[in-house]
Amino acid sequence: MMAAVAQRQGIPPFERFYQAHREEVLAYLRRLLGQRAEDAWQETFLRALRAYDRLEHGRHLRAWVFTIATRVAMDELRVKPRAPLEAEPAVELRRDAFREIEHLTDDLPPTERAAVVLRYAYDLPYDDIAAALGSSEEAARAAASSGVRRLRRSQ
Amino acid sequence: MTVDEQLDARFRAAAIREGLVDVRYDVIDSPVGELAIAATDGGLCRISYQVDGFDDELVRVFGARVLRAPLDDVRRELDEYFDGTRRTFDLQLDLRVARFHEDVLTALDRVPYGATTTYGALAREAGHPTAARAVGTVMNRNPIPIVLPCHRVVGANGSLTGYAGGLDRKRLLLRLEGATLAL
Repeated sequence: MMAAVAQRQGIPPFERFYQAHREEVLAYLRRLLGQRAEDAWQETFLRALRAYDRLEHGRHLRAWVFTIATRVAMDELRVKPRAPLEAEPAVELRRDAFREIEHLTDDLPPTERAAVVLRYAYDLPYDDIAAALGSSEEAARAAASSGVRRLRRSQ
Repeated sequence: MTVDEQLDARFRAAAIREGLVDVRYDVIDSPVGELAIAATDGGLCRISYQVDGFDDELVRVFGARVLRAPLDDVRRELDEYFDGTRRTFDLQLDLRVARFHEDVLTALDRVPYGATTTYGALAREAGHPTAARAVGTVMNRNPIPIVLPCHRVVGANGSLTGYAGGLDRKRLLLRLEGATLAL
């Protein structure tokens, strides 16, 4: 019992976690869902709160809440995340290059959109993006890559 | 592109309605300065003069699902108390303390508005007649000051002795209640 309490000491009060991430999660969901973002945003934080007392430590909470938000959004879009079929060489973007084509992300398929936005707008590493998409790291990398390629084509 | 007040309030209300919150808290103004107040589903559990770090303290005792939300009943009764229109509190309390503390705080709760008692007398009232010093410790750690009136406990010679919120606050609360102060 004491050990369990000590182990969980790195977990911030939910209020602080919520204050730290509520804006960026809403902005992210608006990119994925547009007008439907607000309900998904509330659902994201309710799911986080439901799971919060089962957290074992306070690390990676930002990636964790983006994972929840991504799943809520994919549920909303009724999309099963999957890797693109074609095996193409990975494409990476610089952040300033992304800013020039950022406005085009709305037209990407949902999984690619999530992967591209998490990677280039929120700077999440691919293992976190993979967790968010419920896929392998390789598939997450492929989804972002395919998204970038599509953005360049529509530029 | 920001979380507006309505969206924020809707989320907080939903979280509480679904019973997902271990403890709610708020910070209110009072004549003795800012007060941090907190409640669980069991009732009022904390009042603190120390607003900084209050939420971390709540995590340690009640769990990490800490959410800020208005505590209207608590605020109203405290406002009435400070206005001088309320002499006893009707709030349900969630006291999570050891047995000895509970005995002492229960006895403390019976000390009437505007009266004072001593550490020794309170020890006797609580059924622990030799524990006057330990009673001092219980007062110092009182989780719900003002409502559990540790400000009404003074030294045997009538001196104010001490108060977790500082002696100025203790004096102010006793004056508000019209208590006669020896010193």
